[in-house]
Amino acid sequence: MSKLQKKDTEPWVAKYRPKTVDDVSYQEDVISALKKSLNTGNLPHLLFYGPPGTGKTSTILAIAMDIYGPELIKQRVLELNASDERGIEVVRTKIKNFAGYTVNKTTSGTGNNPGATFKLIILDEADSMTADAQAALRRTIETTSKTTRFCLLCNYISRIIDPLASRCAKFRFKPLDTDATIERLKFISLQEGIKCEESVYQAIQTVSDGDMRKAITYLQSAFRFFGNKITDNTIYNIAGSLPPQLIKQLIDCCKKNSFDRLQAMVQSIISQGYPVSQVISQLFDYVLTTKDLNQSQKSHITMKIGNVDRNLIDGSEEFLQLFDLSSFIMKQLNNNSTSANGDDMIIG
Amino acid sequence: MLWIDKYKPTSLDKMDYHNDISINLKNMIKSGDFPHLLVYGPSGAGKKTRILAVLQEIYGPNALKLKIDHRTFKHPTSSKSIQITTISSHYHIEINPGEAGSYDRVVIQTIIKEIAQSPPIDSASLGAFKIVILNEVDKLSKDAQHALRRTMEKYATFCRLILCCDSTAKVIDPIKSRCLGIRVPAPSQDDIEKVLYKVATAEKFDLPAKLAVNVAKQSGGNLRYALMLLESQKAKQYPFQSSELPLLDWENYIGQIVKDCFEEQSPTRLSIVRGKLYELLGHCIPPELIFKTLLLEIFKKLDHDMKFEIIHWASYYEHRSQIGSKPIFHLEAFIAKFMSIYKKYNQ
Repeated sequence: MSKLQKKDTEPWVAKYRPKTVDDVSYQEDVISALKKSLNTGNLPHLLFYGPPGTGKTSTILAIAMDIYGPELIKQRVLELNASDERGIEVVRTKIKNFAGYTVNKTTSGTGNNPGATFKLIILDEADSMTADAQAALRRTIETTSKTTRFCLLCNYISRIIDPLASRCAKFRFKPLDTDATIERLKFISLQEGIKCEESVYQAIQTVSDGDMRKAITYLQSAFRFFGNKITDNTIYNIAGSLPPQLIKQLIDCCKKNSFDRLQAMVQSIISQGYPVSQVISQLFDYVLTTKDLNQSQKSHITMKIGNVDRNLIDGSEEFLQLFDLSSFIMKQLNNNSTSANGDDMIIG
Repeated sequence: MLWIDKYKPTSLDKMDYHNDISINLKNMIKSGDFPHLLVYGPSGAGKKTRILAVLQEIYGPNALKLKIDHRTFKHPTSSKSIQITTISSHYHIEINPGEAGSYDRVVIQTIIKEIAQSPPIDSASLGAFKIVILNEVDKLSKDAQHALRRTMEKYATFCRLILCCDSTAKVIDPIKSRCLGIRVPAPSQDDIEKVLYKVATAEKFDLPAKLAVNVAKQSGGNLRYALMLLESQKAKQYPFQSSELPLLDWENYIGQIVKDCFEEQSPTRLSIVRGKLYELLGHCIPPELIFKTLLLEIFKKLDHDMKFEIIHWASYYEHRSQIGSKPIFHLEAFIAKFMSIYKKYNQ
């Protein structure tokens, strides 16, 4: 009945997750430091931070696998993420209990590192823990440090309270550069039998912006959608970014200095379903590189873009926001002779 | 049965427009793999229709035999109990976590995790995984979205999520990077007209060309609205006497408000307008729609130079009304601001 087969249903992101610490791409500094401490059989408390898709979860899972092997990992590692209840109650009971157990030295020899005499608690997405829950962890980390190592993963280190951050060795995961992304994508293409042009990889790199997970998801989606006929445009399409012509049309509209046209243009962009956040980020690229505007105008527009972006995140109406921004750009574009005076228009 | 339900296409082949999306989706299903999907686009563009068609494509007609359930479950830490409605078939379950209000995080943490954790019983015959459809993801709180992240990865082998929303602005990046985004644009004017004619032929009545154009224009790319409009027009008078469509009551009403504002700018006038705004809100017209319509009405009569300022204030107060709790303050502030600018400009 079903057209779906059981095999191959695993997303490539999971399939090609690094199995060992050495497989992790591009984070050489972090990896070399971690490997040194792994060899000594000891590990400090860890705090990994960095943008999404840079390999934080992958690295810690690979480390856990290295230390404990597939069997022991079930008993020795407690993984909690934002999908688990992690209020102060859980910190006080579940985490504290787990941290309190001592491990039996004789059974720790099954992994690659015979000397591992500690358990590991992984707190994924730690920045979504409440400050109270984090504060409750402080003393637990110290009192149980003989038997337990904590590893906190987060996107924004600023959301981890200071006393917690100071107890951990901090590792920053940087966004992947072009070569590392493309190399990994090519490796996957080879394994999966995808043939496509060099420019496609470039396109994926541009839209994914250093986020490996995004890059692999795009590659897989494009392959599932179009088979071996992947082109640059299909990638842009899947990523939900606007075709460059559309942005150009919008800018041309602004140059004409006519509100009626602008309104129709904005309406059409909205009804085509493009996310406005995407539109403004592409408009931003235009503003940065264009020669039609002078420095002060550019800075005014950039401030406006910042405001609009925040308004959107607060949930404002997309049409109004885009209309506001594009009319502001229209004003600046048609104001070239006089110096741009946008003081009354900029409200924080 | 309403026409929108009666003529809802049930398979990807029967879609009336955006055939490229249908073809791509079919290719994807054929290849046997299927990432998490994030379907977005303006309302009435056919997102839900396409999602259901995908289900039917995978599982056959049984996927459309739906049953509605009310589930009650306990809040894990407090004694509150939360109720939520689910729509499910053998193969999928559809939830609107936003229903639980500020407890949406708990819904994600308990119900969805519970569904995702248990693999399908007979994976050979039922398809290799189950599908969870989440509606209005953009209305989910940040906490709830974070709670989804790891669940999406961990149980990806036997559970796929299809997320559905109007705008991706409020969907956090980590979720977006785990999904394949599918943009469903609003149907074009021609597309809508085509559907209208198709329905007219099936219902065996004559549709004047002018009326079709007008309905398509007024619908603003919302096919659901277009069909409703046509059906109500037919119920009202058939054969159609005129091809003019009456403006909606609230649109007329906003037109009046704008007229009031242009006539006189004074505190007394403001308090009259306030009464009218209350009336609109009392009839459940969403404030963002009022802002938008007000602005567009004002623009019809305004000088070019003033428009820059007015659009700025419209978006400014609309944003404030989103953060604040009582929209009437912000609507009124906008009107007052407009009056003062207009008066200053005319002096």
